[in-house]
Amino acid sequence: MTGFFGVTIQGLFGQLLVGLINGSFYAILSLGLAIIFGLLNIINFAHGAQYMLGAFVAWIGMTYLGVDYWWALLLSPLAVGGTGILIERAMLQRLYRLDHLYGLLLTFGLALIIEGLFRYRFGISGESYPVNELLAGGTNLGFMFLPKYRAWVVVASLVVCFATWYVIERTKLGSYLRAGTENPQLLQAFGINVPLMITLTYGYGVALAAFAGVLAAPIFNVNPVMGSNLIIVVFAVVVVGGMGSILGSIVTGIGLGLIEGIVKSGMIANLLGAMFDKVPVLGSLVYPVKLLFSPEASAVTIFVIMAIVLLVRPAGLFGRER
Amino acid sequence: MKTNAAAWALLVAAGMAAPFLVYPVFAMKVLCFALFACAFNLLLGYTGLLSFGHAAFLGSAGYVAGHAVKVLGFAPETGILAGAATAAALGYIFGSLAIRRSGIYFAMITLALAQMIFFVALQMPFTGGEDGMQGVPRGRLLGMIDLREPLSMYYFVFAIFLLGFWVIYRTIHSPFGQVLKAIRENEPRAVSLGYDVDKYKLAAFVLSAALSGLAGATKTLVFQLASLTDVHWHMSGEVVLMTLLGGMGTVFGPVIGAGLVVGLQNYGANMGEWVTVITGGIFVICVLAFRRGIVGEIAALFRK
Repeated sequence: MTGFFGVTIQGLFGQLLVGLINGSFYAILSLGLAIIFGLLNIINFAHGAQYMLGAFVAWIGMTYLGVDYWWALLLSPLAVGGTGILIERAMLQRLYRLDHLYGLLLTFGLALIIEGLFRYRFGISGESYPVNELLAGGTNLGFMFLPKYRAWVVVASLVVCFATWYVIERTKLGSYLRAGTENPQLLQAFGINVPLMITLTYGYGVALAAFAGVLAAPIFNVNPVMGSNLIIVVFAVVVVGGMGSILGSIVTGIGLGLIEGIVKSGMIANLLGAMFDKVPVLGSLVYPVKLLFSPEASAVTIFVIMAIVLLVRPAGLFGRER
Repeated sequence: MKTNAAAWALLVAAGMAAPFLVYPVFAMKVLCFALFACAFNLLLGYTGLLSFGHAAFLGSAGYVAGHAVKVLGFAPETGILAGAATAAALGYIFGSLAIRRSGIYFAMITLALAQMIFFVALQMPFTGGEDGMQGVPRGRLLGMIDLREPLSMYYFVFAIFLLGFWVIYRTIHSPFGQVLKAIRENEPRAVSLGYDVDKYKLAAFVLSAALSGLAGATKTLVFQLASLTDVHWHMSGEVVLMTLLGGMGTVFGPVIGAGLVVGLQNYGANMGEWVTVITGGIFVICVLAFRRGIVGEIAALFRK
């Protein structure tokens, strides 16, 4: 089989699967950021550290207490979400009347503390977390080999994302949340305990990050810096999608993950090459674009897309202007 | 004004005496970071824009200056200018993109763009990747003064710092600086008064980037090294901390903040990861209890 533009079918689908998995993580994390920002008006810089914390709690539970994967998937988000509730009650609550940037700076400080402590205790080499027996192995789909665990990660994250979307957009509880985003004072006047709602929302957002961390533990190496590099990409995802829409965050996250995978497969660079390399002047004009979308540059793909979106539609794909 | 003159005199005297009191390389490091923090403060403290990507300007200027001096044979002064010019150009691109959004988005956009520069620095062959660009010669200033001499190098760095600091001081106290402060205090009002706010923001951003580049290029000559540390997001966070700790929106605050943070890193070097933890802790304390910073708190005491 020749495949598409110099990329084998196995290669392309392999990268698409990687993209889909990364996209699932972008989706859960940007969803958590969006929910927290909606109600607290704070960008949670500690989100990456809390994702890492989720993975480490699962690893520690498995190694020292014999807690298996399924329990970790439930207990780790609860534990990390609980620390989030404490952080909100002890610190974030004092910042709501101040400029947004203080929330960013405070959570940045928290991220440094968490990351520093784990680097002190575990170094940066990382620990490996075994795949659960139920999800080990995989199936051959004919055109590619699909590891079971990776399929599970995609399904589990989609289920959690859409459940969150359903609760917020379609239930009574969600209507309180949306009202709190629009006008907290008025909602409080109707007798809803808004401060409690804010605390629980932060806890839930943090728990989502920890859930993503547990899902990621068997795929990536569990290490103290796993969250900090990811969170910057997720910030770019949030800028592209805009934080106004829950569904928008999910779609943007998965979409950008897939695009990143396609770029990594080399298809876009080959396609541009096939179309323009022979054309005299245009060929050299397109060359920088080709370089920008070459597999070597896939680490910056999402940032490049962010820059383009800012030029074309500054409010983000699903955002509202102010 | 009288206190300002006294502070200037103190600053110059301390700068002149520093190499005889502390290790000159340490003093030069403090000066480079002080200039970096002051340039950052122009944006955060006086325009109200939180950039979380200033490491990109510090680091890229360092690489360009290092490459110009080491490979292309530039003199130290032109190498530093080339670095600062690169940072200004990069600042123009970043600024044009980032000012399209405000507040929290501004911070996230600058952070993401700076991360892009980090990946570029990691992969481009001329930067030396993980090893960094090593063995950058200090050369001779104007072809005459040998900068390998620690004291000559120190006073050269001090002169650059004073020049940069003076530019910032003049900017803040000019009509242009007043408009920046107006934007910080109440942007819609500045717009309604007829100011083209975006142009002012962009100009402040480019100036801040250029001066950060000046600091970064100078730093490369001091250490004869340009490395990935200088483009990493940790560095962008550190400059925020220096400014916050010293007092944002104060003229001399960032200098003091830079001295304290660099001192912590130097004398805490054997504490390993604890430095990161302590840095994070200072962030938390500053935000919760100490938002005016050291100089801001002192100024508030005097006003009472």
